[in-house]
Amino acid sequence: MKNQKSIELLHQDYLKTLINKKRWIRFYQLVIFLLFFSSWELASQKDWIDQLIFSSPSKIWNLFIQKMNDGSLAMNVGVTLTETVVGFILGTFLGTLLAAILWWSPLLSDILDPYLVILNAMPKVALGPILIVALGPGFTSIIAMGAIISIIITTIVVYTSFKEVDPNYVTVLKTFGATRVQCFREAILPASFPTIISTLKVNVGLSWVGVIVGEFLVSAKGLGYMIIYGFQVFNFTLVMLSLLLIAVLATIMYQAVDLLEKKLIKNG
Amino acid sequence: MDFLTINHIHHTYFTKSSATTALSDITLDVQEGEFISFLGPSGCGKTTLLSIVAGLIKPTEGKVELENRPIGDGDNKIGYMLQQDYLFPWKTIEENITLGLKMNQVLNDKTRSEALSLLHQMGLKGVESKLPRHLSGGMRQRVALVRTLATEPKLLMLDEPFSALDYQTKLKLEDLVSNTLKQFGKTAILVTHDIGEAIAMSDRIFLFSPQPGRLHKTFTIPEELRNLTPFKARNHRRFAELFQMIWKELEQLEEPEKY
Ligand SMILES: Nc1ncnc2c1ncn2[C@@H]1O[C@H](COP(=O)(O)OP(=O)(O)OP(=O)(O)O)[C@@H](O)[C@H]1O
Ligand SMILES: [Mg+2]
Repeated sequence: MKNQKSIELLHQDYLKTLINKKRWIRFYQLVIFLLFFSSWELASQKDWIDQLIFSSPSKIWNLFIQKMNDGSLAMNVGVTLTETVVGFILGTFLGTLLAAILWWSPLLSDILDPYLVILNAMPKVALGPILIVALGPGFTSIIAMGAIISIIITTIVVYTSFKEVDPNYVTVLKTFGATRVQCFREAILPASFPTIISTLKVNVGLSWVGVIVGEFLVSAKGLGYMIIYGFQVFNFTLVMLSLLLIAVLATIMYQAVDLLEKKLIKNG
Repeated sequence: MDFLTINHIHHTYFTKSSATTALSDITLDVQEGEFISFLGPSGCGKTTLLSIVAGLIKPTEGKVELENRPIGDGDNKIGYMLQQDYLFPWKTIEENITLGLKMNQVLNDKTRSEALSLLHQMGLKGVESKLPRHLSGGMRQRVALVRTLATEPKLLMLDEPFSALDYQTKLKLEDLVSNTLKQFGKTAILVTHDIGEAIAMSDRIFLFSPQPGRLHKTFTIPEELRNLTPFKARNHRRFAELFQMIWKELEQLEEPEKY
């Protein structure tokens, strides 16, 4: 009995030290955050850095409030966010689908191999002008940019993981007379789930690149447009505001995927 | 009429760097309801032969027929328990044991509860919703056995099904499997390294020699041992006799490797 109690106490102590440690980490993270913004503000007010180029947190904040009030910010953020999410989902889905087709036909995958390598090595954003001409300067071509940038790499990574699934799982299914579709659904796909999720994380970042570049080129709406516009009229407060918003939104999206991963892996 | 006929099977594995002949001229037949064992040193092609019978690999030569029809003809029901358990790590134990039923589209409440009761008979209660990684090696092996038995195959092939079990569980399961199979008149092929297990469970034993795998000798188990449960057979007078005989044969087979 006594022993039991002392172990319980020790365990509580252990948990306490864990919580303490976490608190300290959070504290230092906050310190870095505050230090960064306050020294930025200070440097800007004391003219240690060029206000025209580097702006200052207070200026950005004022612009943020102003743009919030006239409704233009919400619209631009909405546009960019939709494009990114749709591009991201399309890229991941189509990439996985392509990987499934390659798995289905090993001959096709052997034939297409060099082309995949070429497409993967190709900087996809360079296709931007062609896409805009083909799909029109708007929503569609920007979404296409967000998707195309992640399709090939998703295909390659997911297909590799399909191939690396222990063939004996398929053998087990075959002893039960399973069809190829059943083998894919019961063994290949679920075994590759962790890989697919980890490509999601990479694709979040890639889709942002595709969409922002697309907006640079189309130059009509969105955060990418705000950056280009601010650059052209030399309003760097606008550029900084857009950058900060992109950082926040991309982080939120990444965290959402992370949450999804934790949920799926727990269930799986 | 023979239930299963294996006719002049040769098999050579080809890889980029080598060609390994795993089986050479194997011919044997199995009657319906018979229990036979494959015994032989490691690498003599036992697993290869089972894979061929299961239709998983095509032999380089020869043919296999089940009830006078080539294997892999669709409705042939063969159950094959692989040498390693290969339970699906992301599926619960219940999902694992009902996998075969699901693949054959015969999964319903009745077959599910039959599979679960089989699991209980194997001494595994309360593990249905656990994942395979939470089970010990011996427990996993029993789950894999249930998974194979659940589809009620006509021909059952077991590749060292008891190798990861402790001695007591092994003896118990031998009795259980033997009784279940006898009761339903199933045919079975067992691969084992355990001479005692082969004698106790089988009607006939096929002894294989290695390099390349050949059928070396066939032993027919006497009537009085066959009628006993495996556990009782182990204590029979004739058991020790047979054990000595097979042991000597095996020793002779393995001798050349020592030098
Ligand atoms: N996929 C393969 N490719 C090449 N050679 C193989 C392959 N599988 C088995 N072999 C070779 O065929 C021979 C027979 O192998 P097999 O697995 O059938 O033996 P086994 O009797 O089941 O052995 P064990 O008792 O150790 O399980 C061995 O020499 C092995 O090296
Ligand atoms: Mg083997």
